[in-house]
Amino acid sequence: MIEQFSRPDSKLPQGPRFGEFGGRYIPEALVPACEEIEEAFGKAVLDQEFRAEYRRLLDEYVGRPSLLSEAARFSEHAGGARILLKREDLNHTGSHKINNALGQALLAKRLGKTRLIAETGAGQHGVATATAAALMGMECRIYMGAVDVERQALNVARMNLLGAEVTAVEAGSRTLKDAINETFRDWVASVESTHYVFGTVAGPHPFPVLVREFQRIIGLEARGQVIERTGSLPDAVVACVGGGSNAIGAFHAFIPDEDVRLVGCEAAGEGIETPRHAATLTKGTVGVLHGAKSYQLQDEDGQTQESHSISAGLDYSGVGPEHAWLHASGRGDYRPVTDAQAMDAFRLLCRTEGIIPAIESSHALAGALELGRELGPDATILVCLSGRGDKDVTTAGRWFGYLDSEGETA
Amino acid sequence: MSTTTREDRGSAAALAACRSEGRSALIGYLPVGYPDVPGSVEAVRALVAGGADVVEIGMPYTDPGLDGPVIEAASVKALSGGVRVRDVFTAVQAAADAGATPVVMSYWNLILQYGVDAYARDLAAAGGVGIVTPDLIPDEADEWIAASDAHDLDRIFLVAPSSSPDRISAVVEAGRGFVYAASTMGVTGTRAEVGGKAAGLVADTRAAGAQNVCVGLGVSTREHAAEVASYADGVIVGSAFVRALSEGGPAAVARAAEQFAEGVRD
Repeated sequence: MIEQFSRPDSKLPQGPRFGEFGGRYIPEALVPACEEIEEAFGKAVLDQEFRAEYRRLLDEYVGRPSLLSEAARFSEHAGGARILLKREDLNHTGSHKINNALGQALLAKRLGKTRLIAETGAGQHGVATATAAALMGMECRIYMGAVDVERQALNVARMNLLGAEVTAVEAGSRTLKDAINETFRDWVASVESTHYVFGTVAGPHPFPVLVREFQRIIGLEARGQVIERTGSLPDAVVACVGGGSNAIGAFHAFIPDEDVRLVGCEAAGEGIETPRHAATLTKGTVGVLHGAKSYQLQDEDGQTQESHSISAGLDYSGVGPEHAWLHASGRGDYRPVTDAQAMDAFRLLCRTEGIIPAIESSHALAGALELGRELGPDATILVCLSGRGDKDVTTAGRWFGYLDSEGETA
Repeated sequence: MSTTTREDRGSAAALAACRSEGRSALIGYLPVGYPDVPGSVEAVRALVAGGADVVEIGMPYTDPGLDGPVIEAASVKALSGGVRVRDVFTAVQAAADAGATPVVMSYWNLILQYGVDAYARDLAAAGGVGIVTPDLIPDEADEWIAASDAHDLDRIFLVAPSSSPDRISAVVEAGRGFVYAASTMGVTGTRAEVGGKAAGLVADTRAAGAQNVCVGLGVSTREHAAEVASYADGVIVGSAFVRALSEGGPAAVARAAEQFAEGVRD
């Protein structure tokens, strides 16, 4: 069985700092809750009962291990490089987010909490949290930017069906960063009964570590699967990066493998030469946002700038501090992928492999096409296919002209 | 705090002066740039004329995680009007010139981007005496502690009803001037009543060695102010003044300040 959680003697950063990044920039009122979660998680990972229960959920409920699929026809468009897809899209609820939501919900139960709250961008984390709440008999409220409520309507309906209340956030840019603000506001007033299931590897310590530990199963499984399939390590691991949870999950087991390139694909929106992008590491600067020091899109004064991406899940002005550390140290290679490049890769995967990917994950696919052409036909590239694209069919239909702007058949 | 807070300077001096009159201080919050920079300066003067002893100048921020709807709406308006971080010092200067003791309330990233030492220098030069830091805890404050020592500014950290004795001690130890006690678990905003845990929190904070403890969050009426004044060194009022400004301009701010000023004397 795979040893999911980092060993206490791991040489990799375990927070609160990743190099100069990370930390805990929060209201004093939330310090006890963050300390409580940190302590409870530290105990839980050593507790056989917790580990067994989490493992049982991954095996019997999520459907792990997720498959590793050969993408032979897609590979022909990537300079012949061999592309292997880690199929997080096949998890229950349709993305990697369930790995984290179930882990945190179990932890919340141990802490005696009866209510879960979460932010969501694409809605995948909201669906995963609503699912965990339903499974464990907990109350659930999800905050989602009003723009995202509109463009991810399917996931809003799913959350409602699962018994969660969904609050559309009208503040600010009405996307993920504003949903995070609103969830923190709820939490500071409800922390006694409520756990905040943070959805990505950002936020104050211990969330970047906590979420990573629940997501690193992706890379641990994939590392073994690729070696078994090909006889060696991949040349590169590619994943999309918004806040960065699927990417950290995919990368973490490979960080010590110095010959394996770790490539994160950021959303370049309409282009990094325009103001309409979400390429935080490529174009951002260091600051403090949502409880941690990392890169972010901000103006000269430190006011957060609005991001743009066709994918709600990558439409975020910040990024997790561990990615900031991998970027600053040169271990990670972060690249911008535009809306148009992502949508081309989206359609290509549909037509060559019969898989409809999430638009978020399509950024990683576009990055793999480019990287394959650079590395050539001898290369093996592992791509984290973080989610499925059912939620995106309306957006894709409009992009490709199948649907008009009202969502009717054109 | 007991080793570094002197009664003859900064916010401690203002609180001591009120104490010598046998009352608590009125600390009034207004954001710079709302409705615009000149309008906010005029409102600050009205706040002082109405009886605020200490003025807390808020700097609008795009992601004000500890603010409720009233202050957030004012922040959005101020930012869309183009308010800049440096405008804080204009409002601070106006408060000082009007005879009040000015402090700033700012989310940390705005200070970090300006440059922590440069911010402290410019604040001190404008007549400001300290900064309330809602999202900076002592554990992350090394740079601010150094800059505030260099420029002789007060470090006003928060305690909350959730704070453990260890956390309260850490805040008292690292702070200077006064400790900001959040009356309730929640964000800024007007409320029907002040949190029931506030008096106990003030007592615990004093027991940890704080000379001055002021209470904010939810103080919305003259009666609230009188109640809080019975156990705290200062009464912090924010959203009620912002609401008055949005509904009735600077004249309404002055009238509201007179009411709260009577409250701290009741």
